[in-house]
Amino acid sequence: MRSLYLSFISEFYKSRKTLAFWAAIILPVVICGLIAFGYYTNSTKILKYNYAGMMLWYRYSSASLNVMGMLILPFYVMFMAFSVNNIEHKNDTWKTLFSQPLNKFAIYAAKYLYAVMLLLICVLLFPLLTYVSGHLLQVLIPKYTFNDYSPVVLLSRFYGKLFLASMGILSIQFVLSLIWADFLKPMGIGFIGTIAGMITANVGWKYAYLIPYCDPALALRAAKGTKNTRPEDLPIFTQEVWVSLIFAVALFIIGYFILLKRNIK
Amino acid sequence: MSRFAIETVGLNHHFGSQTVIKDLALQIPKGSIYGFLGPNGAGKTTTIKLLLNLLQSSSDTIFIFGKELNSNRTACLRQMGSLVEQPAIYAHLTGKENLVNRCILLGIDKRKATEMLALVGLTEAANKKAGKYSLGMKQRLGIALALIADPELLLLDEPTNGLDPNGIIEIRNLMVELTSKHGKTILVSSHLLAEIERTATHVGIINKGALLFQGTINELHELSKPAIKIEVDDHATAANILTRNGAEIVSEKEGTINITYTGKANMGNFNSLLVKNGVTVYSIAPEKNDLEHLFLAITSKN
Repeated sequence: MRSLYLSFISEFYKSRKTLAFWAAIILPVVICGLIAFGYYTNSTKILKYNYAGMMLWYRYSSASLNVMGMLILPFYVMFMAFSVNNIEHKNDTWKTLFSQPLNKFAIYAAKYLYAVMLLLICVLLFPLLTYVSGHLLQVLIPKYTFNDYSPVVLLSRFYGKLFLASMGILSIQFVLSLIWADFLKPMGIGFIGTIAGMITANVGWKYAYLIPYCDPALALRAAKGTKNTRPEDLPIFTQEVWVSLIFAVALFIIGYFILLKRNIK
Repeated sequence: MSRFAIETVGLNHHFGSQTVIKDLALQIPKGSIYGFLGPNGAGKTTTIKLLLNLLQSSSDTIFIFGKELNSNRTACLRQMGSLVEQPAIYAHLTGKENLVNRCILLGIDKRKATEMLALVGLTEAANKKAGKYSLGMKQRLGIALALIADPELLLLDEPTNGLDPNGIIEIRNLMVELTSKHGKTILVSSHLLAEIERTATHVGIINKGALLFQGTINELHELSKPAIKIEVDDHATAANILTRNGAEIVSEKEGTINITYTGKANMGNFNSLLVKNGVTVYSIAPEKNDLEHLFLAITSKN
């Protein structure tokens, strides 16, 4: 446990100045900022629709959710999983890392958990910033109906589901980046996977949920169905979330055995 | 308790079908500076990686302070500090941050980082990005990283690589100080015998994965006793005469005999003895078999 803790802190220390870490913060700030700016400058147009509180929150949060789930999140996950491992590939530091008196599993698990934490930061900041910016818009434009409804359940369910549905992609990309030092192989496979996921999700293929790259988009699609139902009724553990989690656990274990059997160059 | 800091028994390693380490039996006494010598590609770095458990080895082949490495990996590594090949440092972090990161990993006081920077003369460059360091500075930082946990055993793979003459002397002095004052054991690899000769107490010579010599530096010097090279017309008769008169034949081949040098007077006596017995002496001269030649001779035989 101590090895895991020390390795995790070290992961944070060495990557706190890298783009992978800052992207987890910058990405939600930029996307939520742009959407809030759009809602501020186009307020007269939006106010014409006379949305009730819940529907306004739904529309407002969907704007960032759709951009995120479909394209940005899979690409961020790929980039981040690559970055966490590339810091060792690039500096040729695997040999130093594994010659420390630390348990091999702890070093590996700390890296994986750090990647999960970055994803979590990114996915947590979205609802937080959506919530804060919605209330800020309410102050700036009092005619908005953001105050009429508490979006906490809606936002936490949407983003919670998105986070769990992204775990499959994260684990695949993590293991690919662990095996290959170069940028093209993991990114190329991830890119093809994402495109294939988007296509199969859009054409409504029956088994699309079995492709982890499909799962965030499918999870969001299920969320869209809540437009006319209460957000509390949105099921979180749907089949695409289970597939994503099963992939995550399986690849986490496979990744460790690959590492264990591999000679450190 | 083993008297060896490192002991390997029948250590082998393969890269695919190629055998890179053959039946290696290292015995590195505690408190020694063990010069691990060999030409490029001899298997020095592979051996060091095996000792650090970076490469897989069979069980019961590597023992660190008497403990089997595979089943006591963490305990063994806790006693070791290492610098393998080029120093592995995070280029985007400063020199000090690299050391602080290591302190975090090892769970030791972060103030140790400042102390180490001073030890290797990098205090002024502490806040400079390590990626912008010169090769020599990177090497110093690598040594500081190896020393930071105050390990009992240091594995240094060509530590003076890229250092200027002053830097080389400092590292040499540091190694001597660490062993003599602090009782550490150091395995230092090099392809240059001259560099090892000045500091090492023990030497191991490896080539093509096999250990060709292992012993104290004095035992190595013994092998390099000066010789007299004599060129004659009939080496068999000459060898016979010389042996009967107490000369120690080192080697002989068609037309040339090498005997142990025992002084100028003896060399003159051997000359006249040969001439008197009808052997034509074309040349006779002392030949200093220095360690560098000996090293080449040992490694080229393999």
